[in-house]
Amino acid sequence: MRELIEYLLTHVPLLTKVPSIFVYAVFILIGAGVVLGYISVMVIIWVYLERKVAGHIQARYGPMRVGPHGILQTIADAIKLFMKEDIIIPTSHKVLFIIAPFLVFFGAFAPFVVLPYSESLYLSKMNVGVFYLLALTAFEVIGIIMAGWGSNNKWALYGGMRHAAQMICYELPMGISVLTVVVFTGSLTLHGITNAQGWLPWQWFISPLKSPFTFIAGFVFYIAGLAATKRVPFDLPEAESELVAGYHAEYSGMRFAFFFLAEYTAMYLVCAVTSLLFLGGWNGPLPRAQGWLGNLLGLINVLSKTYFLLFVMLWLRWTLPRLRIDQLLSTSLKYLLPISLGALLGAAIQSAIF
Amino acid sequence: MSVDYLHTHEILVNMGPQHPSTHGVLRLVVKTDGEWVTETQPYIGYLHRCAEKIGESVEYPQFVPYTDRLDYLGAINNNLCYCLAVERLAGIEVPERATYLRVIGAELNRIASHLISYGTFGMETGAFTPFFYGFRERETILSIFEKWFGARLTYHLCRIGGVMADITPEIAQDIRDFIKTMRAVWDDYNTLLSFNEIFVRRTADVGVIPPEMAIEYGLTGPCLRGSGVKWDLRKNDPYCFYDTFDFDIPVGEGLMGTVGDSWDRYWVRMREIIESTKIIEQALDRMPEGAIRAKVPKILKLPKGEVYVRCENPRGELGFYLVSDGGTKPYRLKIRAPSFCNLSITNAICKDCLLADVIVIVGSIDIVLGEVDR
Repeated sequence: MRELIEYLLTHVPLLTKVPSIFVYAVFILIGAGVVLGYISVMVIIWVYLERKVAGHIQARYGPMRVGPHGILQTIADAIKLFMKEDIIIPTSHKVLFIIAPFLVFFGAFAPFVVLPYSESLYLSKMNVGVFYLLALTAFEVIGIIMAGWGSNNKWALYGGMRHAAQMICYELPMGISVLTVVVFTGSLTLHGITNAQGWLPWQWFISPLKSPFTFIAGFVFYIAGLAATKRVPFDLPEAESELVAGYHAEYSGMRFAFFFLAEYTAMYLVCAVTSLLFLGGWNGPLPRAQGWLGNLLGLINVLSKTYFLLFVMLWLRWTLPRLRIDQLLSTSLKYLLPISLGALLGAAIQSAIF
Repeated sequence: MSVDYLHTHEILVNMGPQHPSTHGVLRLVVKTDGEWVTETQPYIGYLHRCAEKIGESVEYPQFVPYTDRLDYLGAINNNLCYCLAVERLAGIEVPERATYLRVIGAELNRIASHLISYGTFGMETGAFTPFFYGFRERETILSIFEKWFGARLTYHLCRIGGVMADITPEIAQDIRDFIKTMRAVWDDYNTLLSFNEIFVRRTADVGVIPPEMAIEYGLTGPCLRGSGVKWDLRKNDPYCFYDTFDFDIPVGEGLMGTVGDSWDRYWVRMREIIESTKIIEQALDRMPEGAIRAKVPKILKLPKGEVYVRCENPRGELGFYLVSDGGTKPYRLKIRAPSFCNLSITNAICKDCLLADVIVIVGSIDIVLGEVDR
């Protein structure tokens, strides 16, 4: 993005006449708009896919009525959510209740700034990319606790507290498994990490041939990512059969839609980051090319890996039961954390010796 | 630094009457310390419809459809038990074919009921898919029922003195096909849910009911058998030729944890599905030709007296206590509903566990509120 703006500033004569700060501001807004649009389209596709996959796993068809094979169903649902009455319950803590959905959405949306879609399709090449990403995904939990507390509902409070406990436990193995990769690449940018992997599958970090420790870390990262996005079997904060709807029990209409959007955005983020860190990102067995064709092929590589990981998420969701809170915490603290620490240690030794 | 002022509160949470996993309108008041439940108190009566009083104010045959509404998932079993009570007091001899048809209906209904139990129990542990699988097979049963006597939920199959309709060879073939499918998909069910590691860890050693305790609280049906007590009225107090059928009574063995835990109760239900298919097969083979209804007078007057008839419905011992003063209506009708008695154990076992366990325990007791509140 910065390179693009600088190119335009020097080459388009009209732009050189206005102060560069305005040009930057306008382009940042355009970039944010593009990302928002991209996310919205992705979420619409993903929700449709989720319902279709769920349907076929459960021996039914899923949506079939709105459009051919129900492809317009999600759009119809989105319109319904927009049109609904905005209910702010009178007994709630107004400020917390109102800003909570936006904070949650911000936490899921802001990391997209550093997310590359292919080698030269990105907004920012931040030098602390992965760090920024992990820091902002942790932001979500504040919003969820605010929603849980502000709703003035015991079930919502349970959901919020469960999510806080879950996030604290799963952030640790998630961060450490990212470090395992960083040890090998010596770079915190997503570009650096992705480019450290070759274009054949056994050159990716998920391959035990490259390093057995990143192989382990890849699985730990994905499992922790499942927990961070509240997917089955870690969907305790919104456990339907226990907590009714968890932290968003009192939300409806647009405010609920923000939680919903944030959840699916976070899912996309986890899958995309896993594909970049461990599955080689835009490196793939497709023939390589330069220019826009190379970008397109890179995008196809990233998206196909992301969608594969998404499919695994859906598959797990519609197959597995849910863990109990004590089992959830012990899974992280007793198993994932020591495993990821061991992998980090092993990776450090491997990178020092070889 | 003193932290005395940082005392915590116990939260009193109202679970229900509108809650996704209270099987209708059960209200549980749960006292919790964080996620830890210290006390659970069930409140019932949201679905009370004066079933017993209605029974005393309508004529004997008129009450049969009302019994459908008690345990609406095992409606044929309820019809059957009430009809048996009236027939025993009136001294009506039911034709043999009708009895076999009743057995087939009741056992198919038992399978349908256990399939719902399988689905909802999966749902309560967080797995959605078993619900759809259970409903898929239940749908086949409902289609058979629809073909047979035209109803899908409130069947009214058993009439006093016999059954409402006979099965055609085509329906008999449908039932045989269903049994074949059921046995095949039963293995899928177990791969999907019963032996799933997460499911086993969620349900094993949760809500353990020791056998003595189960008897003390008057539990019956799969809840009692889950605790390892071999007590099934179909064998222990036979009716409808059940003693001549060859089938096992599954009991809890503590395969995954302690005897009498939630997994055992669930597993007893799963195995009963297979046992019921055995009974249906034998009934279809043995069924003689003949009438399906005995001659019953239009205005049925029962002789003075009283009778208590109990049957094994999908949830346990269903009993009808009937007192007649010689008229066309019962003087007193008392229904012993298995779900009501089974629910009484909630206070005793839903404490000192986690919030998620309360849901699993209530689900494993498998209540139907229509029967609890009557």
